Amino acid sequence: MKQIAFVSGKGGTGKSTLVSSLSLLVTDKMLADCDVDAPNLHLLVAGNVIKEDYFFGAKEAIINAEKCQQCGLCSETCRFGAISDELEIIPLKCEGCGACVLVCPHEAIRLEEVKTGRTYLTNTTQGTFSHALLDIGAEGSGRLVTEVKKNILESYKQEKWLLIDGSPGIGCVVIASITGSDAVVAVTEPTKSGVSDLERVLGVAHHFQIPSFVCINKYNLNLEITAQLEEYCQLHNCPVIGKIPFDESIVAALQAGKTPVEAGNNKVTQEIIQLWQRLTAALAEEEPLLTSIGEEG
Amino acid sequence: MKIAILSGKGGTGKTTVATSLVASLPACQYIDCDVEEPNGYIFLNPEVTNTIAVNVRVPKVDQDKCSGCGSCAEACQFNALAVVKDKVLVFPEICHHCGACLLACPEGAISEIDREIGVVEANADNTFLQGRLNIGEPLSIPVIQQLKKHLHGELPIILDCPPGASCAVVQSIEDCDYCILVAEPTPFGLHDLQIAVRLVKLMQIPCGVVSNKATPGNNTIQDFCAEHELELLMEIPFSREIAAAYSRGILPVTTCPEWQEKFCALYQKVEKGAQK
Repeated sequence: MKQIAFVSGKGGTGKSTLVSSLSLLVTDKMLADCDVDAPNLHLLVAGNVIKEDYFFGAKEAIINAEKCQQCGLCSETCRFGAISDELEIIPLKCEGCGACVLVCPHEAIRLEEVKTGRTYLTNTTQGTFSHALLDIGAEGSGRLVTEVKKNILESYKQEKWLLIDGSPGIGCVVIASITGSDAVVAVTEPTKSGVSDLERVLGVAHHFQIPSFVCINKYNLNLEITAQLEEYCQLHNCPVIGKIPFDESIVAALQAGKTPVEAGNNKVTQEIIQLWQRLTAALAEEEPLLTSIGEEG
Repeated sequence: MKIAILSGKGGTGKTTVATSLVASLPACQYIDCDVEEPNGYIFLNPEVTNTIAVNVRVPKVDQDKCSGCGSCAEACQFNALAVVKDKVLVFPEICHHCGACLLACPEGAISEIDREIGVVEANADNTFLQGRLNIGEPLSIPVIQQLKKHLHGELPIILDCPPGASCAVVQSIEDCDYCILVAEPTPFGLHDLQIAVRLVKLMQIPCGVVSNKATPGNNTIQDFCAEHELELLMEIPFSREIAAAYSRGILPVTTCPEWQEKFCALYQKVEKGAQK
């Protein structure tokens, strides 16, 4: 099975729109939404949830008030300001590092696993689909992403492809999303912000030695910047495999919670089909580099 | 007065709203907390004169003192240390800089060294600040923390937040007086707005909503605000002209004085909302 991670750097460029469209066009595949703090793919890919679990992806310090002698050493040691002057743990700030446990002379502090989110495995007409929802303000989003991928890989039934919907940014969640992927497809738009963010996210893919491809969404919004993007991609050996036009029918389709493919936009559908053909052809040509870099955050 | 601009979903217009506010106010400080993908500079064109490295403290093991006992690796909750053949290996990228290994080592063999993970950049009078996480680094929090050490004492402060609702957003909006939530009227925008509202309520910060890319006849955001008793602060219509100007790094307020007035009015509503 080949894993393709769709990322963007900048948010709102059309990752989920593209992945959900591909989910209707590509056969023999599985799906994963690795944007765990603002997941959207499940709104477009519905089905029956076959497995739902709590995920305990972080630890938190708990102070035993009976044993605590109020010495304050824990509060002094904590580098995250997570222990108040009244010697109470502030859960949103606690990293679960355990430094306070180590310094407490009265063994009054312990670490406890805390629930950081929920994971879902869904049977859909478009294949098995794994996603998760991070608890509000919880730590360990990178670990939850790794869990989403573990869940989908455990239900592998000889499918040919895994399509991964990533999150915006370049940090721990993105690194966890692209780890182990055979290719990264960066979805960008011809805006100054899009250019800046694309360069950074391609830098991350390059850092982890994953072959990268680019899709320019809303390409006709600014043809000059589209030309700039194409030049940049050529220079950096990241083939542009698709250019999707800006089209108000896509905006209307998304407002109604539909993919452009379902909304019957033929021009866009054809472009997405070609994007997939170019990607699969490129992957068939060269054996892509495999990476095995473990990241957590 | 510290105003945070966030959205849950990416690409809904946080930076457009934040930088338009900055361009409309007589004086303020702008802080780009989206250190993974900072964009505000594109619209504000600041002259960056100061660059400060963001360093974190990571462990360094003195192999002469180390007995290979493994206490450090056992103490580390993030698997940033491992003992292989009686030697300690450090994986600095995944270190959370907590210092637990230092405390756990019975031989005093661990010290800490600086490691640069990004930079904070500022203009001469500190009215523009942005953070930049280095490529390949997973942890953005220390960069955001460093940024927030430079808050202006007197001017209004506009914080442009990262997308999502994870720890980076928590770090950005902490201690803010008001949160502006930017949302677009799609099922995705609504879904992620709900997440952002829950986060802001959990942190007990007053908030209001700006609906961006609004289209006539679509009341998704209005209905949500009415149902949850949230103030709808402003509506920015869906417009190809605004989108095309944005693509060139041009804000609606610079081409249209009417928008400047609207953003000034937005600021006044926020000021009132923060006092409630």
